Amino acid sequence: MRRWLLALLLALTAWPILAVTVTDDRGVAVDLREPPRRIVSLLPSLGETVCALGACDRLVGVDDYANWPASVRSLPRVGGVDDPRIERIVGLQPDLVLLSSTSRALGRLQALGLPVMGFDIKTLGDVRRVLSRVADALQVGGADAAWRRIDAGVAAAARSVPPAQHGVSVYFEVSAGPYAASESSHIGEILARLGAVNVVPGHLGTVPLLNPEFVVRADPQVIMVAQRDAAALAARPGWPRIRAMREGRVCRFTAEQGDVIARPGPRLADAAQLLADCLAGRLQGDRP
Amino acid sequence: MNPADDTLVAGSAGSFPGRADPLLEAQARRVRWFAILAAGASALLLVLGAAVGSLGWEPLWDGSEAARAIVWDIRVPRSLGAWLAGALLGLAGALAQGLFRNPLADPYLMGSSTGAAFGVALLLVALGAAPGTATGAFAQLGLTGAGFLGAMAAVLLTLVLARGVQHTLRLLLAGVIVGVVFGALAALVMLWEPEVLRAMQAFLLGTTGLLGWTGALLLAAMLVLVLVAAVALSPALDALALGESAAASLGLPLASVRLGLVGAIALATGAAVAQVGLIAFAGLVAPHIVRSAVRPTHRALLLLSTLAGGLLLLAADVLSRWMLAPRELPVGVLTALLGGAYLLWLMHRRAA
Repeated sequence: MRRWLLALLLALTAWPILAVTVTDDRGVAVDLREPPRRIVSLLPSLGETVCALGACDRLVGVDDYANWPASVRSLPRVGGVDDPRIERIVGLQPDLVLLSSTSRALGRLQALGLPVMGFDIKTLGDVRRVLSRVADALQVGGADAAWRRIDAGVAAAARSVPPAQHGVSVYFEVSAGPYAASESSHIGEILARLGAVNVVPGHLGTVPLLNPEFVVRADPQVIMVAQRDAAALAARPGWPRIRAMREGRVCRFTAEQGDVIARPGPRLADAAQLLADCLAGRLQGDRP
Repeated sequence: MNPADDTLVAGSAGSFPGRADPLLEAQARRVRWFAILAAGASALLLVLGAAVGSLGWEPLWDGSEAARAIVWDIRVPRSLGAWLAGALLGLAGALAQGLFRNPLADPYLMGSSTGAAFGVALLLVALGAAPGTATGAFAQLGLTGAGFLGAMAAVLLTLVLARGVQHTLRLLLAGVIVGVVFGALAALVMLWEPEVLRAMQAFLLGTTGLLGWTGALLLAAMLVLVLVAAVALSPALDALALGESAAASLGLPLASVRLGLVGAIALATGAAVAQVGLIAFAGLVAPHIVRSAVRPTHRALLLLSTLAGGLLLLAADVLSRWMLAPRELPVGVLTALLGGAYLLWLMHRRAA
């Protein structure tokens, strides 16, 4: 009897901890009565964040592009950023939906009574904040440890860059257009920590559409680009005379490597290592 | 044959003393002035285009090797290409308005540009490349071919849906519908290949940023080709302006003339879209600008619309790299804004 009473007392004191209120990037306070068990992620980086916090088994649905860790590949697919399948999401009966704060699905899912959290992830600071917010929502610890791992990984990557490569000028192309990753994007921040100089200034926005002539003028020493776009660089007017093109210092990232770098999530230490390998001239699979 | 035309080509009204009609003389003078002004402004803008780059106003005449390369390899072909693409669109617009006897006909409104975009998108996805990244003269030629076929399919579909060109409203409706359908098909192709989505979006908004010498030379060849065909067909357009039965009674082989005109429109639109993407309103506005200044016969209208279209797009191109430098404003956004504003003003003035 006494033991039962003790258990009841414990349960009562534990109860307020189970109900939490977490504020997302829209500034909306989301009430969660109990730790979410059925989570749908509509952004690859958010699904990866959930898994990095050790809660991969709580995911019941992911977006069409999610591919890491391997276990999410067998989960039901619920659409992309611009074409989420609302009915499928509701059918999975999630008790938390994680998505981009600019997603069109956000308002609709909320109106249907689902708890939704919208995040806007552009910088390393955003990654850190989202880690801790998602950990709060899931009521798991380890957000700080996960961030320290990322931070230490980026620092280790920075140490692996040969001193001779410090101050090397870099142009990172996100997609043909050309859209570039500027100093203010998470890729730009990592490049800065690796000691590289981004030729695209941060005040232009995170991923500005550039005049291609700008890159020719800036004359970067290293170009980082997706493998699928790499072949066409030489055909752009004036580009063959860029230093990186003349000296053959064009890093071609495979689709898989591109995912690691482009997604502002828990794999940024790996991203930093890929970028460092490129700067050091030892990128794996870097063949024309 | 109209004397105004002869004076434009021969360059002297005095050689026809029997036709010294003062009204026609005045008209011929205006045509000449318009041509000189448009050509002069184009030449000025070409020089300006060589002086405006990724840092805004920045003339590079210091004679260094790097400066010469940037001006010669990037700015000159880009400016020239923008002018040529605009000229092709202006010419296509003037041809379409003459063929359909409808001042609203435009490669954009008739579905031919979204048709061309669909053809280009299909080929790009098949090649696994993003727009503006296809390499080599051969690929460029292939893109033009795909654009031409797409534009041709769209115009023919519009004509079939409208059951000919007699019914203006029907024709416009059919054109809008075909345009929307082909636009949706192009979007569908892009969804298949999400990686090219962002690049494709820039293409659909219209961009002159990646024009090089290959593209510019291809556009120039197409312009010469279409211009020759257009001038040869211009008497038929004059006859068509009197109505189809009148044109037939003048001994015009209507079916083959129409086919020739549709082919010329599709070729001009396809070539332009394959190089610079969807540029709104350039084809619609250019002939209107010409007509608001002069009242020419078709041969003069076609030539002047070509000049006006080139001038328009070149001006928009220079602005597009200047306003937000070093960022780019998609040039199609600019032409849609400027062209739309001009058309609204024109409507407002007519209504008053």
